[in-house]
Amino acid sequence: MHRPIHELTDAYRRGDLTPTAVAETYLARIDALDGRVGAYLTVVREQALAAARESELRWRAGAPLGPLDGAPVALKDVLCTVGVRTTCGSKMLESFVPPYDATTVERLRAAGAVILGKTNMDEFAMGSSTEHSAFHPTRNPWDLTRVPGGSSGGSAAAVAGALAAGAFGSDTGGSIRQPAAFCGVVGLKPTYGRVSRYGLIALASSLDQIGPFAQDVTDAALLLGAVAGHDRRDSTSIQAPVPDYSAELRKGIAGLTLGLPDEYFIDGMDPDVERAVRGAIEVLKGLGARVERVSLPTTKHSLAAYYVILPAEASSNLARYDGVKFGLRVPGRDLVEMESRTRAVGFGAEVKRRIMLGTYALSAGYYDAYYGKAQSVRTLVRREFAAAFARVDLIVAPTTPNVAFKHGEKEDPLSMYLNDVFTIPGNLAGIPGISVPCGFGATGLPIGLQLLGRPLDEARVLRAAYAYEQATSWRSRRPDLA
Amino acid sequence: MIERKDVEHVARLTRLALTEAELERMREQLNSILAHLDTLRAVDTEGVPPTSHAVDVVNVMREDEVEPCLSQDAMLANAPDRSGEFFRVPRIIEE
Amino acid sequence: MTAPGPYDVVIGLEVHAQLLTRSKMFCGCPTTFGARPNSQTCPVCQGMPGVLPVVNRRAVEFGIRTALALGCRVNEACRFARKHYYYPDMPKNYQISQYEEPLAEDGVLEIDIDGGPRAIGIQRLHLEEDVGKLLHEGTLETAQASLVDFNRSGVPLMETVSRPELRSPEEAAAYLRAFRAVVVFLGVCDGNMEEGSLRCDANVSLRPRGSARLGTKVEIKNLNSFRNVQRALEFEVRRQAQALDAGERIVQETRLWEADRAYTRSMRSKEYAHDYRYFPEPDLVPLQIDRRWVEEIRTGLPELPRAWRRRVVAQYGLPPYDAEVLTQSRALADYYEAALREWEPAAAAAGDRPKMVSNWIMSELLRVLPGDDERAIQRSPIPPRHLAGLLRLIEDGTISGKIAKDVFQKMFASGEAAPTIVGREGLTQVADEAALSQIIASVMAANPKAIEDFKRGRTAAAKALVGQVMKATGGKANPALVNRLLEDKLSQT
Repeated sequence: MHRPIHELTDAYRRGDLTPTAVAETYLARIDALDGRVGAYLTVVREQALAAARESELRWRAGAPLGPLDGAPVALKDVLCTVGVRTTCGSKMLESFVPPYDATTVERLRAAGAVILGKTNMDEFAMGSSTEHSAFHPTRNPWDLTRVPGGSSGGSAAAVAGALAAGAFGSDTGGSIRQPAAFCGVVGLKPTYGRVSRYGLIALASSLDQIGPFAQDVTDAALLLGAVAGHDRRDSTSIQAPVPDYSAELRKGIAGLTLGLPDEYFIDGMDPDVERAVRGAIEVLKGLGARVERVSLPTTKHSLAAYYVILPAEASSNLARYDGVKFGLRVPGRDLVEMESRTRAVGFGAEVKRRIMLGTYALSAGYYDAYYGKAQSVRTLVRREFAAAFARVDLIVAPTTPNVAFKHGEKEDPLSMYLNDVFTIPGNLAGIPGISVPCGFGATGLPIGLQLLGRPLDEARVLRAAYAYEQATSWRSRRPDLA
Repeated sequence: MIERKDVEHVARLTRLALTEAELERMREQLNSILAHLDTLRAVDTEGVPPTSHAVDVVNVMREDEVEPCLSQDAMLANAPDRSGEFFRVPRIIEE
Repeated sequence: MTAPGPYDVVIGLEVHAQLLTRSKMFCGCPTTFGARPNSQTCPVCQGMPGVLPVVNRRAVEFGIRTALALGCRVNEACRFARKHYYYPDMPKNYQISQYEEPLAEDGVLEIDIDGGPRAIGIQRLHLEEDVGKLLHEGTLETAQASLVDFNRSGVPLMETVSRPELRSPEEAAAYLRAFRAVVVFLGVCDGNMEEGSLRCDANVSLRPRGSARLGTKVEIKNLNSFRNVQRALEFEVRRQAQALDAGERIVQETRLWEADRAYTRSMRSKEYAHDYRYFPEPDLVPLQIDRRWVEEIRTGLPELPRAWRRRVVAQYGLPPYDAEVLTQSRALADYYEAALREWEPAAAAAGDRPKMVSNWIMSELLRVLPGDDERAIQRSPIPPRHLAGLLRLIEDGTISGKIAKDVFQKMFASGEAAPTIVGREGLTQVADEAALSQIIASVMAANPKAIEDFKRGRTAAAKALVGQVMKATGGKANPALVNRLLEDKLSQT
């Protein structure tokens, strides 16, 4: 029964399947299998079934709310859900129950989606493997000894492991695209400002975006369409109207020019990845696209710029977690002791490290050298993309330099950071990017192809991804969890 | 180079109680990360303005209208120590 | 006051004004004072995970209005910034404020002091959010716990920083008064220091007389009234002078004014306490202030207190003191002119009328209403036209001044017009010479001793006779007439 959302809703329309039956199936599967995968932190069985029943009534009455009505989805536990605990993968928020829904969640509910539960993640979205969750690691459905990627590992694993028909995550430096690549699913990071961040527990405010995980590009377009668009509660949210992403999907890519950046094929990357991506480029050429070389020289400094900007903004966003108003409180003899102990216990090592780094980078005397400098380097990255997009329509690259690694393999923080080297520049520039499956490595692990587009050009990104997907059949291969 | 006292200072600024061992490990890790980040110095950013927003939006403002608040109970529901209508915190020592 | 010893005093003031918007700076919660704790909050102003701020346009408008009234340059672009420090009344542990690109800069506030008018420079004006309120179970020093109420968190604040050009505690108090008058007149702040809608911190330093280099400055906080501003600064100036005389160094620090004990004490803040780690607020986009909007606001500016006073003194010949009292609030100034115009449509320095209106407001109205309370004055039970009506009756002799005071009180209690009350209670003044002469004659006949005393030079006796006449007429005799007639009669005896 695990099939893309657009096929589920076709089945609902025909009466072959009902939303409740589908929801029940997913919930049963979660019960049976998630103990091994660890995709979920919270499953909302009753809520899901209630939503499914309401959806079913609408389908029966011939009045579905739209293409997501009755679609079972999972949400990364970074999105606030009213009345349902939202932990952000951290002990700090283990018992936090938001009194409000994130805008994205509101829109999904309004579209009739059936929310199955909240998925696991690296604590406060800091990580690339979902090993840094305070609760448990998530395992890659393709190989349970390996990571699903991160920080949205739970959502990626849920879709890959047929524990949800679709899911949402957040991407600050690659946290949707990288796990999508590792788990062999589609993952999309929209243009910064395309999807409201209201209710997204903030990591780096100028980089964060919410985006979908999907079984195929058609679903990705549907999921994005349901949540994209201006929100007056988010001042950084873009006014521009949301196109009908689905309508553009089948336009094909004949005549489009794709840019291949010199800097994205680096020493030390997994040769399987390089081979798969180059193979994908040949397929794209075969579909009528022209490929040109582009150069994005500041790419090599993107990682450093990101690892200044992110910790700086994150250290600020996480200052509010102090045991005063919500979340964990560890007692102390006085306020400062209470706050310091609470933060010491509530945050894991990676979070503490980044908070320290970020506080340092913003502190007196260091601002110009670090944060100021990094933001200027960021301007260079944006300009280089803009210059490239003056010549090409899309940029094509690997999503990650390697396939999913084993749990515990990357203990050193710096080597973990290198996972995001191809995804980070897209966040710095605020441009949209997608990862679609493009093959498998020698170890049978999925490989992702990344397409990056101009700001607000999700339609073209989706269209190219769709064309590639339809010309290949990677998506028919599924992990065997049972 | 971050010194031990810098680490302690930053930990105080950001209210993190670190053990001796953590302080030392943090110092090492921060130094190694900073060495990597220092590569940014080599980039020529003369005349390049900083990007503080990756989106070219300006002048977002709202009208001065009152909107419904959440109830007292809803706002106090997550309080680690609720005292009647207030959040309670341990004593504040003026340092 | 000049500093004890050979020193020049240098003072700068930072004033925080709570803006009279309906909703908070970055969310739609109401700003009304006095609600139950934590009942006027939402996830945004409580800094819950995932929330985002959105700028209140009216707060920006009020900031621009004030900036223009203070002659500031409203910047073409301004930005918000995060200011980080830990305190439990601050939900996010950073305050959204403005740092490198404030709303306005380079203004001036004119103050009037003994030596004459002075122009005090204003460095900058910016917007930020207020913090919540802390209550201590006991005092801050003895409390085992504290309680936090976030109702005030997020209320819009406008911070204005003066240049360090104030030269004495008196000037500082005058600056604060003048500043308050401006913001109250503009309708952007209610200027209530007791309720905390207007707050002030001062920076004070001393330097050898005539020296150009600034001394070490000390920040003084907890100045919650005009009087306390002056007292605190006087104390601090003395303290610093004594220290310098004794050869001590002044420590750069923050001190709290303890009004009960009349001294400033050091808040032993550590060296790093002020590392605010400012950076541009990523959740808010820059504001490009449209010049047409600024000009619209400029056109809508009301007459400011100083200008009003100058005009009123010139136009109506009022003493400056009166003008000062009448500009406690815009409502009071408007009340004055409305009453005067009601009585004297030409409203020029025509005889006594301008002064009479002023006298009655100052001595009678302000006894029963707070002059600096906009709303109270606007809702006065005696509207301006009623006051004018009362004064007309005095001027044309219908009632005496003394009776008029009673009538005033009745008007205040009932909201009725003067003629109604006078008519109903028969308070019309007795000014009939013949009738009065008769009464005087009978009073004189009944008080031979008083006449004797008067003849012997005790003028007080005449007063007693006047008193008797007034009593006989139920207070309604025209006093001037009584005096004249009595004088005549007494001189005839």
